[in-house]
Amino acid sequence: MHRIDQANQEALRRMLAGEPILVDVIPAAKAIPSLKDRTILHAGPPIGWQYMCGPLQGAVAGIIVFERWAPDLASASLLADSGAIDFHPNHHFDAVGPMTGMTTKSQPVMVVENRTFGNRAYCTINEGLGKVMRFGGNDAEVLTRLAWIRDLLGPAMGAALRDKGGIRLKPLIARGLTMGDEMHQRNVACSGLFLRELAPALSRTVADRKTLAEILSFIGGNDQFFLNIAMVLGKAIMDPVRGIEGSSVVTAMSRNGTDFGIRVSATGDDWFVAPVEMPKGLYFPGFTAEDANPDIGDSTIVETIGLGGFATAAAPAVAGFVGAGAASEAANFTRAMAEITVGENPGWTIPALDYRGVPTGIDIRLVVETGIAPTINTGIAHKKPGVGQVGAGVVRAPIDCFKQALVALAARLGVT
Amino acid sequence: MADAKKNSAENLLNARPAVINIGLEGFARDLAAQGVPVVHVEWSPPAGGDADLAKLLAKLGA
Amino acid sequence: MSASILNRVRRGFYLDSVALMRLSRTLASREGIEEAALMMGTPANKRIMADARLLDAAGDAAGGGDLVIAIRAVDPKSAEAALAEAENLLRQPRGGETETAAWRPRTIRAAVHIASESNLALISVPGDFAAAEARKALRRGLHVMIFSDNVSVADEKELKEEARDLGLLVMGPDCGTAIVGGVPLAFANRIPQGDIGIVGASGTGIQEVSCLIAAGGGGISHALGVGGRDLTDKIGGITTLMAIDALESDPATRHVVVISKPPAAAVVAKIVDKMKASKKSFTLCFIGAESMAISRNTAFAPTLKAAAELALGGKPSARRFDPTARATRVPRERRRVRGLFAGGTLCAEAQIIFAAAGEKVVSNAPIPGAGRLGDESDGHVLVDLGDDAYTKGRPHPMIEPAVRDGPLMNAFNDPTTGVILLDVVLGYGAHGDPAGHLADVVARAGVLRPIVIASVTGTESDPQRRSAQVAKLESAGVQVAPSNADAAAVALACLEPD
Repeated sequence: MHRIDQANQEALRRMLAGEPILVDVIPAAKAIPSLKDRTILHAGPPIGWQYMCGPLQGAVAGIIVFERWAPDLASASLLADSGAIDFHPNHHFDAVGPMTGMTTKSQPVMVVENRTFGNRAYCTINEGLGKVMRFGGNDAEVLTRLAWIRDLLGPAMGAALRDKGGIRLKPLIARGLTMGDEMHQRNVACSGLFLRELAPALSRTVADRKTLAEILSFIGGNDQFFLNIAMVLGKAIMDPVRGIEGSSVVTAMSRNGTDFGIRVSATGDDWFVAPVEMPKGLYFPGFTAEDANPDIGDSTIVETIGLGGFATAAAPAVAGFVGAGAASEAANFTRAMAEITVGENPGWTIPALDYRGVPTGIDIRLVVETGIAPTINTGIAHKKPGVGQVGAGVVRAPIDCFKQALVALAARLGVT
Repeated sequence: MADAKKNSAENLLNARPAVINIGLEGFARDLAAQGVPVVHVEWSPPAGGDADLAKLLAKLGA
Repeated sequence: MSASILNRVRRGFYLDSVALMRLSRTLASREGIEEAALMMGTPANKRIMADARLLDAAGDAAGGGDLVIAIRAVDPKSAEAALAEAENLLRQPRGGETETAAWRPRTIRAAVHIASESNLALISVPGDFAAAEARKALRRGLHVMIFSDNVSVADEKELKEEARDLGLLVMGPDCGTAIVGGVPLAFANRIPQGDIGIVGASGTGIQEVSCLIAAGGGGISHALGVGGRDLTDKIGGITTLMAIDALESDPATRHVVVISKPPAAAVVAKIVDKMKASKKSFTLCFIGAESMAISRNTAFAPTLKAAAELALGGKPSARRFDPTARATRVPRERRRVRGLFAGGTLCAEAQIIFAAAGEKVVSNAPIPGAGRLGDESDGHVLVDLGDDAYTKGRPHPMIEPAVRDGPLMNAFNDPTTGVILLDVVLGYGAHGDPAGHLADVVARAGVLRPIVIASVTGTESDPQRRSAQVAKLESAGVQVAPSNADAAAVALACLEPD
């Protein structure tokens, strides 16, 4: 067997052996000591302020005001422009964030521990749908909600999780796949299952009835609440797969609205980037492709572990929404991804495919050979900051990322 | 992966052919019409026709 | 009036050669289009397109893995319209719209995943890519049949050596015919099961021998193709020797026929060693070679017909065919035979029979001793229309009988020609009604035409049904002989003086 194949078997083994547990919610600065004042973690590979797209700049301005590093949005933008802000990818600090992915010191982050390997990963709590910072929203409504999350929701979730001793996440995913979720565009089943798990503990640990009602209403009213949890468990599963000598398995995929970046096991922390592609999909009434922002977010960590676009066969409803039509076509998305992956996940199976496991372990060699790039089910943001989501669709990872990675892998292995 | 030892030349002659067809689709149609197990591969040149990348892929065991 | 040439290149886009030819025809028949071609951008194909005044700089820049759409039209508007139709046709979902969108694997790897009990890969992609695909198949434990030609000798050697280490067969490259367990692969016939095994370096050679065995009441166990170069010094008969071993171990096989052009001496020696050590009996058919005595269990056949008879136990057929009984004498000024063959080995067999009768022959694929086409103006002209020179950019005559029409009409109109000799090859992969097409052309030739003699290589179980094809030919006034060798004999008999 070729040494790369052997290394990839090890990568797959580590992915499948991961045991992600949601253990706590704590302030980001406590989870990530490097998160000081004027440090902002964002989605995607590294990017400077001047290259950021509209929603990303909008979110940055908003979070600067939220953290009180500037009094208003205008001066926040000036501050960012002046070079006074330290920008870093979430991925560089064991974190992920959806869409704009703002992570700063005082925001609460969910903590997932991968019990098998001992590593931890972090992600902020999902703000809900509509006008949110995730899509570049930054007005008073957005900041007020973030404050409520910081002061009430975060601590309450933390206390409930500690009371419960943590929640095992792999079984939730397994059940969600049989209920029509794919964990990127569709999380309604897992969000419901999660609330069932947490609600009793919340009722034990939240003293104030009004707060408890607000929290249950907030989580219960958000079909996409579980997205952030799926993302952070993905990060926790993939981090131990980094740095396996000779492995061509993708350990991260991420976008910042300008660039799409991937990381590959053998090449460690190197990013291979190419311009993001435009999503193709359906738009909410009043919006068209003209309004769309290019692809953005760390949420492609979900595809990296075999869910999202890779599990479309489990979610025919999503396939229809993203214009793929019949349920049989939904299955084809998953079968296409099986062409570019090392193996399957026997713990996460899809009934519509006779309980085949989700395609797991993206192999850059297979991507380049077949020309089949990973397919991602994604939300589409408005290109102007602060407007929000305008649609949902399918986008592909740029094939150029994988070609660059292949050349780098070959160089590392001394193959010319 | 088909086990090479099991699939020796002798065994090929003993067993019924189960074919993977790559290229002219007519061959797959003819076999299917006779009830022979056949899978037609929707083939295209590796690496989108880029000969250098294809060579690299071959060396990397793809 | 200068024509408009328009090319579009689709990188990494593949469609099989038969599909491409169909599309080319559709475009070429459009109003305002002088010529059109869709071809993969290999150097050879680009040369063809350039020669046909179809290529521009964009098309010339295409690589072997790219599809070139080339159009020459009377004006730019027609060219653009044709290109638009081409793009539209290429967008059609492949595999027919009748199927529910079933996923088709893109790689051998995915195919093996879907069908893990697969044991054979049949490869017919363009030659440049065939060796790489064959290697992938071998490494997944599959036997390989490489229909593609234009694979380098170096690649063939490397593949066969790797395959030998793995105990796997590489049938090919340039292997058009195999039959395994009664299943016809690529261009092959449905033959009754029996106890004769065939190992052949020639596709039509295998087809003729297997069909004659069927006609003689026998059957075959398996027919294994080895590719045209297997028995050369460079390759050393790797697949041939493995195939003989496999048939040696096969309880269903009593007798083995080996068909090839005369192999290199060192290779013959290896085969002879195997046969001497074997308990089974053999027939060696080295077409055009001098007879050789080998061992008690081996017979030598100079023609395909003789090979079939020896394999059947040397029994003469129940009704011995008398060529003179059906021969019509031709006048002295028409004492020329023109043979137009789809099968190269059938052309060679005819040349051997003519040479043995002392008749002078020229051919584009001459056997030793025959003249090359174009060198001499007299002598009989036996042409292999399936030869590379004729099939570049054009379909093979077995797939598309129409490519034989032009040469056939020329032969009809040649006042020095008295006899036309043809082969009609049936079976899977071949045209659906070659006899019907031929009958139409013959009917158009008029009453005072040369005599037409044909053989039909096929069986009753073939899709075309041999008897139906023979009936069509005979209704059109074609004389049908029971084998290619017999057809050549009838042609010779027509030359006898009254």
